[in-house]
Amino acid sequence: MSDRLDIIKTCKLFIGGKSPRSESGRTIPLSDSGGRVLARIAHASRKDARDAVDAASAALGAWRDSTAYLRGQVLYRWSEMLQSRRGELVETLQATTSMRVAAARKEVDASIDRVVTMAGWCDKLDQLLGCRNPVAGPYHNHTLARARGVVAVFAPSSPALLGLVTLTAAALVPGNTLVVSVPTEAALGAVLLSEMLAVSDVPPGAVNILTGPREELLEPLGGHGAVHLVLGSGLAKGERTTLRHAAADSILRPVICLDLDEAGFHDDAQAASPWLLEGLVDFKTIWHPAAI
Amino acid sequence: MSNSGTIEWDYAPAPERIRPDISDEYGLFIDGAFVEPESGESFKTVNPATGQTIARVASAGAADVDKAVKAAKAAGGKWSRLKPTERAKFLFRIARRLQECARELAVLETMDGGKPICESRDVDLPLAAQHFFYHAGWADKLQWAFPGCTPRPRGVCGQIIPWNFPLLMAAWKIAPALACGNTVVLKPAETTPLTALHLARVFQEVDLPPGVVNILTGAGETGAAIVDHPGVKKIAFTGSTDVGRGIMHALASRDVPLTLELGGKSPNIVFADAAIDQAVEGVVSGIWFNQGHVCCAGSRLFVEESIVEPFVAALRERMGRLRVGDPLDKNTDVGAINSREQLNRIEALVACGQEEGAILHEINDDPLPKRGNWHRPCFFTGVEPSHVIAREEIFGPVLSVMTFRTPQEALRRANSTPYGLAAGVWTDKGSKVFDIAGALEAGVVWCNTYNKFDAASPFGGCKASGFGREGGRHGLRPYLNLRSSGA
Repeated sequence: MSDRLDIIKTCKLFIGGKSPRSESGRTIPLSDSGGRVLARIAHASRKDARDAVDAASAALGAWRDSTAYLRGQVLYRWSEMLQSRRGELVETLQATTSMRVAAARKEVDASIDRVVTMAGWCDKLDQLLGCRNPVAGPYHNHTLARARGVVAVFAPSSPALLGLVTLTAAALVPGNTLVVSVPTEAALGAVLLSEMLAVSDVPPGAVNILTGPREELLEPLGGHGAVHLVLGSGLAKGERTTLRHAAADSILRPVICLDLDEAGFHDDAQAASPWLLEGLVDFKTIWHPAAI
Repeated sequence: MSNSGTIEWDYAPAPERIRPDISDEYGLFIDGAFVEPESGESFKTVNPATGQTIARVASAGAADVDKAVKAAKAAGGKWSRLKPTERAKFLFRIARRLQECARELAVLETMDGGKPICESRDVDLPLAAQHFFYHAGWADKLQWAFPGCTPRPRGVCGQIIPWNFPLLMAAWKIAPALACGNTVVLKPAETTPLTALHLARVFQEVDLPPGVVNILTGAGETGAAIVDHPGVKKIAFTGSTDVGRGIMHALASRDVPLTLELGGKSPNIVFADAAIDQAVEGVVSGIWFNQGHVCCAGSRLFVEESIVEPFVAALRERMGRLRVGDPLDKNTDVGAINSREQLNRIEALVACGQEEGAILHEINDDPLPKRGNWHRPCFFTGVEPSHVIAREEIFGPVLSVMTFRTPQEALRRANSTPYGLAAGVWTDKGSKVFDIAGALEAGVVWCNTYNKFDAASPFGGCKASGFGREGGRHGLRPYLNLRSSGA
């Protein structure tokens, strides 16, 4: 046995490209199946949520207005970062979910591949979902699939990594910026993801990660005047209700509750479908006279 | 012709003479027949241009809503399993029948709502028919609209529509719902129920199966009963932001898909390099079309500072030539305000604009009819961004004129609103068109044109103007459950 003392990582939030502690100072211990404390997760507060929305709003212009080709390359770079830390992701998933190693590998590989698939969507989605509309008059009329803006994402606790990666990557594809609430069970993987995002050329603030129980974040995120869309999976009925009430205040925003189970998240036809992505874009229709 | 003075070329009255077949009383249209309401209640619908009662209309209560939803549910199985091309053919039939009786319906629309006959004849009716014709063709092509998926109807759709485009909104809501295999319970607005009821007659004439569309007249409580009914599997609402917000709250605890097309305070931006005469026409149709009772009305005009004086002068001159009066006269440009309540609201907001220090321009001094609800077209200059008339939806023929110096300022001010329905931009520079159109926070952007609509063109907004699209391929999505074919 080595007499060297291990370095234990302080798990923090990810806001505006930086890794702050929760302003509340709160942490939550995360234990493995044997009851050993693996890490202390930052327990994000309402104030952290507001800070994260500010960061996402500030990053919106840079990410939304970047070319679709560039967004695709940035997402692909994220997959490269994931690949290089594959082993660590498998270990983390095993430790936090008591998955068997084969299952953990399968989920990590599916997560990496999901990011690759989403990277490729960036410069195709608008071609598939947008169109020229054959109006009955001398007008050029086209509909564009564009970013909605700031998206509040509520990641599921299972599948911990694949669920988080799918929702995050999908929302990034059209140029949205994100505030992602990650439940405690999935938080350790989220901390790793944030470290990879930080070196993937994703603009600081485009993805912000809040860890800890989402209960107190539902209202501040769902009802924040700068949030344009709420996206969640694995939300309980009461949580959906709270989010919808919150989303009806100030400006309105739709609430998308995905009903994907574990198998659904593993199925590209469902979880990487353009019809899932369609909910994450806003359509803008532009008219112009085409006759003189 | 006289040699002495100027020649008077005044318009002679040109009233539309066709009269629709109006009943004294209308029941509820449930399961293919007009029936007495369980509630036993009715209300009158009034011609806003004359104040005269046109007919009495049943008021649907919760028991009637329940009956209608059950009829729609019962009809849903057969309708959704009907061979898609057969479903398409019903919609084509409706479109054709609407074209045949377009003039009578246009007159009825004008009588019940107050809009000029030239608009109901040339805009509302042709578009209503087009919505059925366009969506008819989708009924048997849904799997190609959503490749990789098996589209399925949602079931019974509850649809609640406003009074500004009564028949068009009914067509706009019913056509995609039916094309996708759903059945419908629709509530027209309290002040404009008649054309929806005559649309029900059209459904009877074309043998649309009973229960596929049910039309319930009534006020807000009827709408609330539709929203609250557990048998309704999708809600589509067009109307005010406040009511839309209430519907969102009412549905919060249920997984019912919702689309909302709500209010607006749409910016219309005129750059100095625009074709000025065309821009003036666009601003006119942007705000004074349909008395300004348009959710996407271009009610905030931003003019580049260097051209504001000649532009405002041209706008005054053009506004002065708008003819306000009898909506059934074919020469009328601006008709009656839809209701006394709406007129009160417009007048209060205009008074508020004056109190806040904006300058009112109202130069059309033709005498207004003595009876009915009227408001002259007008605009304000000297408007500050903080003024109520620059922020709140007026839903009347009232324009707020403001200026800007740079494109960045125009964009910042245009987007500085909770609403996000539509926007206009006027410039002859192509790159500027796309740059500004791309940056405007709105679901529809009209460039060098305004207030254009088409069944093939998705319509809808963002932010406080709601979500979801109606029209075009995109308008089908809210009426379908999509399951991936592989799952």
